[in-house]
Amino acid sequence: MQHFKKALVAATFALAASFAAQAADPIKIGLVLPMTGPFAAYGKQIHNGVKLYLATQGDTFGGRKVELIVKDDAPGTAGDVSKRLAQELVVKDKVDILAGFGLTPSAFAVAPVATEAKKPMVVMNAATSAVTTKSNYLVRASMTLPQITAPIASWAAKNKIKKVFTLVADYGPGHDAEGQFKKTFTAAGGEIVGEVRAPVKNPDFAPFLQKIKDTKPDAVFIFLPPGAETIAFMKGFTERGLSAAGIRLIATGDLPDEDILDAIGDAALGLITSFHYSEAHKSAENKAYTEAYYKAYPKDRPNFMSIGGYDGMHLIAEVLKKTGGNADAEKFVEAAKGMKWTSPRGPVSIDPATRDIVQTIYIRKVERVGGKLQNVEFDQVNEFKDPGKQ
Amino acid sequence: MTTHSIDGFDPGPLRNLARWKRAEYAFWLLPVAAYFALGEQLSLLSQIAITALFALSLDLVLGYAGIVSLGHAAFFGIGAYAAGLMAANGWNDPLAGLLGAALIAAAAGFITSFLVLRGSDLTRLMVTLGVALMLFELANKLTRITGGVDGLQGIEMKPLLGMFSFDLYGKTAYIYSVVVLFVLFWIARRIVHSPFGLSLRGIRLNVQRMPALGAPVNARLVGAYTLGAAYAGIAGALLTQTTQFVSIDVLSFSRSAELLLILVLGGTGSLYGALIGTIVFMTAHHLLSGINPQYWQFWLGMLLVLVVLFARDGVMGGLRALGKRLPGAVK
Amino acid sequence: MTVVFDGIASGLLLFLISVGLSVTLGLMNFVNLAHGSFAMLGGYVCVVLLNRHGVPFLAALPIVTAASALAGVVLERTLYRRLYGASHLDQVLFSIGLVFMSISIAHFFFGAQQQPLQLPPMLSGQFNLPGVDVGVYRLFLIVVGVTIAVALQWMIAGTRFGAELRASVDNPRTARGLGIDVERVFVLTFALGSGLAGLGGALGVEMLGLDPEFPVKYIVYFLIVVAVGGSGNIKGSLYASLIIGICDVAGKYYIPQVGAFVIYAVMVVTLIFRPQGLFGRSAAK
Repeated sequence: MQHFKKALVAATFALAASFAAQAADPIKIGLVLPMTGPFAAYGKQIHNGVKLYLATQGDTFGGRKVELIVKDDAPGTAGDVSKRLAQELVVKDKVDILAGFGLTPSAFAVAPVATEAKKPMVVMNAATSAVTTKSNYLVRASMTLPQITAPIASWAAKNKIKKVFTLVADYGPGHDAEGQFKKTFTAAGGEIVGEVRAPVKNPDFAPFLQKIKDTKPDAVFIFLPPGAETIAFMKGFTERGLSAAGIRLIATGDLPDEDILDAIGDAALGLITSFHYSEAHKSAENKAYTEAYYKAYPKDRPNFMSIGGYDGMHLIAEVLKKTGGNADAEKFVEAAKGMKWTSPRGPVSIDPATRDIVQTIYIRKVERVGGKLQNVEFDQVNEFKDPGKQ
Repeated sequence: MTTHSIDGFDPGPLRNLARWKRAEYAFWLLPVAAYFALGEQLSLLSQIAITALFALSLDLVLGYAGIVSLGHAAFFGIGAYAAGLMAANGWNDPLAGLLGAALIAAAAGFITSFLVLRGSDLTRLMVTLGVALMLFELANKLTRITGGVDGLQGIEMKPLLGMFSFDLYGKTAYIYSVVVLFVLFWIARRIVHSPFGLSLRGIRLNVQRMPALGAPVNARLVGAYTLGAAYAGIAGALLTQTTQFVSIDVLSFSRSAELLLILVLGGTGSLYGALIGTIVFMTAHHLLSGINPQYWQFWLGMLLVLVVLFARDGVMGGLRALGKRLPGAVK
Repeated sequence: MTVVFDGIASGLLLFLISVGLSVTLGLMNFVNLAHGSFAMLGGYVCVVLLNRHGVPFLAALPIVTAASALAGVVLERTLYRRLYGASHLDQVLFSIGLVFMSISIAHFFFGAQQQPLQLPPMLSGQFNLPGVDVGVYRLFLIVVGVTIAVALQWMIAGTRFGAELRASVDNPRTARGLGIDVERVFVLTFALGSGLAGLGGALGVEMLGLDPEFPVKYIVYFLIVVAVGGSGNIKGSLYASLIIGICDVAGKYYIPQVGAFVIYAVMVVTLIFRPQGLFGRSAAK
């Protein structure tokens, strides 16, 4: 039976390659995303990006119509749930491509499924560096944590910031960010004068802020999960007069992400971050993107996660165009390697060696533009590869 | 089971209670039928079986020993990590993993059981919760060993019994989980109908009177809690082995809370309540989130509210009430 | 000194977001895990009033309290009152069902993102006394919290309504026999509990944020306060919040490595030595 099925699949592909008759056969893409629970905002934004791509760029990839199947893997941190859903997508829904993955554990848990089922897997957010090493069929269209952390460290060292206090959330990504920042910053001659790991769930930052105030560094580097904690920290930072005392605040750009920038409010002004996408990025592509976005989702703001979804779909579309609609994992990955395009975030490409994304990282500052808080870009590092894999 | 008989005491009714009923045989045919009917959903079905085992473990603690726990995921998580770490370090026979996980979880259960002997429901709820939350933080602190929030990887299992490897379709995982569930259910069923189980029930109904009957209350509670922990540990180990991944979520508050919900939904103190609660809850969750990935929680919430409004003591309570109303029904 | 002040403020914040639960769970003996949903409702009402209708923050607070109390009355009349006699576990199942529904509703209307809230200038900033840096909003929380605690304690222990309430909870049948309108007492108390929950939610937005997950995210804190304080009295909750707040802040300041453990450790240790909580009445049930 199994052999028969395989033979049948092979025959279908052989037929497909030679006949255009395949156009009738839709391409199924299974999206595994946290649509509810604490990371519902991730799932929503990625999903928005995906839908926007299909709406604006057409929903036929390489001659095949796209069929989306969305699965909610809430809470997004439970690998067993994500893995089960991915298995189901493959076995029951017979998807051709697995995509989505809001958080690292979900991508880690699903990677073996992609390998075993020989399905291409497109990561649209999960940012731990090692994700791409977990399956040879995995391509990442979002970013990596070291990739967005190292540039702010180099920038700080070059801009008269000598003593930095680091505050990160006490969990894997926080440790990674802390490690990368320390490495780049001290290599460039900077000094770390204090480091604190705050509990991930931490409603009150008062003690940590007080400690920073007592240490008097030139700047504070922070890495916190986006959400209530970020807001509490930023508000406390201003309230306690730390910014008035001349202490600068630097971070990775997911912190003042467009989704929560308004909730942080004016406390965010002056925050300097490094990141790959800003709503305020000046380019024709981004202008078209943000306009389309507001038209489709007037209640939300376009952010990096929506771009992850959008570019993920773009990658799939381009690959299928190249392979003539063939989604065989080997062929898919071969076609994806080295692919280059201009995304709304700027120029990007897929590193042929690691299947990870290479992109421009911008240094930005939070300012009020036309009554709206925005991350305004003022410096950049071109074609920056993930330093976590070197 | 009740080997020693006392003069003038007729164990007949108790024996009757312990005997397998027709409905029970029918119930256990379900997983067999499901294997053939729902062959494409086996990974969901095996997670239902694993959660059912986990719910069963809480039923031993809550339904029989009367200890309300909002931190039962502690033992589930310990089992999951124990099995995961064993496998990641080369000791990857599935059955040995189950045994190891059971022993470690039982030890943790035994130690912490002394914390929950005293106090009201709310106190026990919070102490168990506190212990579980501290374990969660500990697993997060020990990222180097546990993988932290990114999850523990590199788990490779040997084929089960040296013959059946874990496949993409989840056939091995399903049969393995269901068989383990059945065996442990059978053992639990014998235990609750044994003198030990009966004395637990007595304690739950009247704590003051039991010492007068010569039943050592604390020792019994410690025993039940340890047993529940061991069961939960095995459930955790099963999850690790069938998914070959451990995420820190296994220790989370939401897992404990959801479990309590499942058990209460099914009905406590009947073993089958745990199984039925799991089936109802997970199936509803699966179907609703499939239909409406963004707002399924609303419908699930409504289901819970309706169950409480129309059936006390969960689905089993509802079934019992229905059974009483229908004349000539079984039971 | 600043650490102590921050600890007190942090504790009062805990007290404010949990005091509604002290009323429904502590006084009425109803395991109302949907407490956080009422708090969330208060938070959203507050944000909408401020951002869409330009109502000043201080004027919004009484409206918020009234709105949540009203929601409490409606739900009490239609749903909650059917469950007063039910087991605690059924109450858990029921109120979690409500929590699930409220999360979806909030998600539907407001989206998953955090809501913005801008405090009036008179409540933000900080002033310095010798040795202490005092955050204005923190001071405000302390004042509001202590006022509520004193007023509630007086109401329960010193007024006729308080006596009626205690009688109605302890023995509804006898209370009814004595001519107490038990139903009315319960409605009013439930309204009070949900109103306070809403107020706490609104006051908490500035420091805790507000998104649809609010009811679940902070449920642990609510329960800790009530359990450590001991059910059945407000004074206990206040002291419990203070102890937890100060230990938590001091722990994070002096030994940040164990920061996450402090709050749970305090709870477990307290409950081991005082299973009924700090000021618990010997087990109502």
